[in-house]
Amino acid sequence: MRSTAATIAGSVLALFVLVAVFGPLLVPYDNVTTRMADRLLPPGSTLSEGGFALLGTDQHGRDVLAQVVAGSRVSLLVAVTVVVVGGFVGLVLGLLAGYYGGWTDTVISRLGDMQLAFPSILLAILLAGVLGPSLTNVIIALAVTRWVIFARVVRGSALTTRNREFVDSARVMGASDVRIMARYILPSCVQPLLVAATVQVGLTMVAEAALSFLGLGVPIDQASWGSTIANGRDYLDSAWWIAAVPGLALTLVVICVGVLGDAARDDSDPAKSSGLGRKPLRRRKAGTPAAGSTAAETTGDSTQAVAR
Amino acid sequence: MIIYLARRLWQSVFLIFGAITIVFLVLRVIPGDPATLILGSQATPAELAALREEMGLTDPLFEQYVRHLAEVARLDFGESWRLGGDAFASVVDRLPATLTLAGYALALTLLIGFPLGLHAARHTGRAVDRVVSYLSLTGQALPSFWVGIMLVLIFARMLGVLPGTADGTPVSLILPAFTLALPFLGWLARLVRNGTLEELGKDYVRTARAKGLSERIVFNVHVLRNTLTPVVTVLGLVLGNFIADAVIIEQVFAWPGIGSLLIDSIVNRDYAVAEAAIVLIAVFYIGLNLLVDVAYFYLDPRITLETV
Repeated sequence: MRSTAATIAGSVLALFVLVAVFGPLLVPYDNVTTRMADRLLPPGSTLSEGGFALLGTDQHGRDVLAQVVAGSRVSLLVAVTVVVVGGFVGLVLGLLAGYYGGWTDTVISRLGDMQLAFPSILLAILLAGVLGPSLTNVIIALAVTRWVIFARVVRGSALTTRNREFVDSARVMGASDVRIMARYILPSCVQPLLVAATVQVGLTMVAEAALSFLGLGVPIDQASWGSTIANGRDYLDSAWWIAAVPGLALTLVVICVGVLGDAARDDSDPAKSSGLGRKPLRRRKAGTPAAGSTAAETTGDSTQAVAR
Repeated sequence: MIIYLARRLWQSVFLIFGAITIVFLVLRVIPGDPATLILGSQATPAELAALREEMGLTDPLFEQYVRHLAEVARLDFGESWRLGGDAFASVVDRLPATLTLAGYALALTLLIGFPLGLHAARHTGRAVDRVVSYLSLTGQALPSFWVGIMLVLIFARMLGVLPGTADGTPVSLILPAFTLALPFLGWLARLVRNGTLEELGKDYVRTARAKGLSERIVFNVHVLRNTLTPVVTVLGLVLGNFIADAVIIEQVFAWPGIGSLLIDSIVNRDYAVAEAAIVLIAVFYIGLNLLVDVAYFYLDPRITLETV
């Protein structure tokens, strides 16, 4: 059952990536030209110039399908860049905090605590608003709010690994700190980091759409699922498809990412895969998710275990 | 106990201080020159210099920061250039609206989520159980602003049974409250379900059954009471998240709460109001987290200082 769901989710995501990469070549999005004759046509209409609007048109006669395809590219680009940048920063800081401990850990962890003390979407809204609408600024705003989550995951793994025997052996052999971190600690952090990254891809997509919906995301001349939804909101009576289609695409992609993330977590959970737990998994107490664990921060056991 | 409370209280104060610092850094370091912002691009260099001097912008950043902390401690966030008058007062004006919306959402979460979870626990593996499981998996990943718009489309525009904008009447708050509640419905139901199943497997349940109590009494008297504790404590966390998520949802339903004020202020670069709103939301969020920890401690006598 789970593997079937994961396969379907994987296929949908592969399709999404293909559309995002090659789609704009096939269905170019033109945000300048206005065709008054083709305004607000329902899905499946034939255009005045003989074209075919599979998903209808908006108030300027622009093809909704082309907008959704263009939006998928922005969505993918933002999500992947944010997760790579945030993941890298989180990886480095988490490694340092977990390996060295002491004041390094204190500074990095307290910084993370401060940032998670208030809802991450608020910080993203504030940053995006202050920086102004642009693709780069959206990426900066979201990456700043995400690094903490990765840092916590990595720190937790590094903490448990640094006292293992093979790390002691390496130290006795005279390996430098950098070498120990890169060769012996890092491998144990990769899997939890990847699980967290999968979950964050979906959440980042929603966050980007939310920012663009509020008018704080990508600029007007670039199509984003969020801004198309915001646009369609004014035409709910006459053209519901403008708002419905991009949101449906977003929801589908995000759910598929969630299903994959769930499968990845089960795979990496020794208690579930082999029945022989390497270490006791610290389950969070029912009803006390870590402070600041909003929807956006709930990335599974690995995050929860290190959240305090 | 006193020591624990004092430590948690100190932590919360530290987090609030951290939140204020982050907002200060974002607002004072990134946007460039507030003087140009206030006077506009037509101002002469002399006017700008005079205003900068008057606002203390020529002082070292650290001095500005210390002065700012003192101002915030007095709840003085400055004047709103857009609304006129005290920024903090204008935010407090909007507070009741946001709290009302969050209260409705909390009521909905409880009224639907709790019975749903109990039902799922009694029928594990059945359709209800699977719905709860999927809802908890996907609920928090859904783009809630889009869900809100689709609810308006279906219930207000197509069926015409509920109002699409929130004008203050209880009926008009159903859609926005449900939109807020949806991500947490599945979460709560899942929590109740798992808690109930855990309790059902305990010795006291066997004892109760062995002494001949009916299944209904075992369930409603013995099990239910023990399931309630974690639920009561998460309500605080859920409420905190509602206040944060309301920032976007209020925008969808044109509800005049703190959230829509915050977005308006950021879009119009009215940073005094934006800062007051964010700090107030952060204080609420941190305070609710503190309350939850304390409540958890009081409600469950089995929890001792060692286990915290």
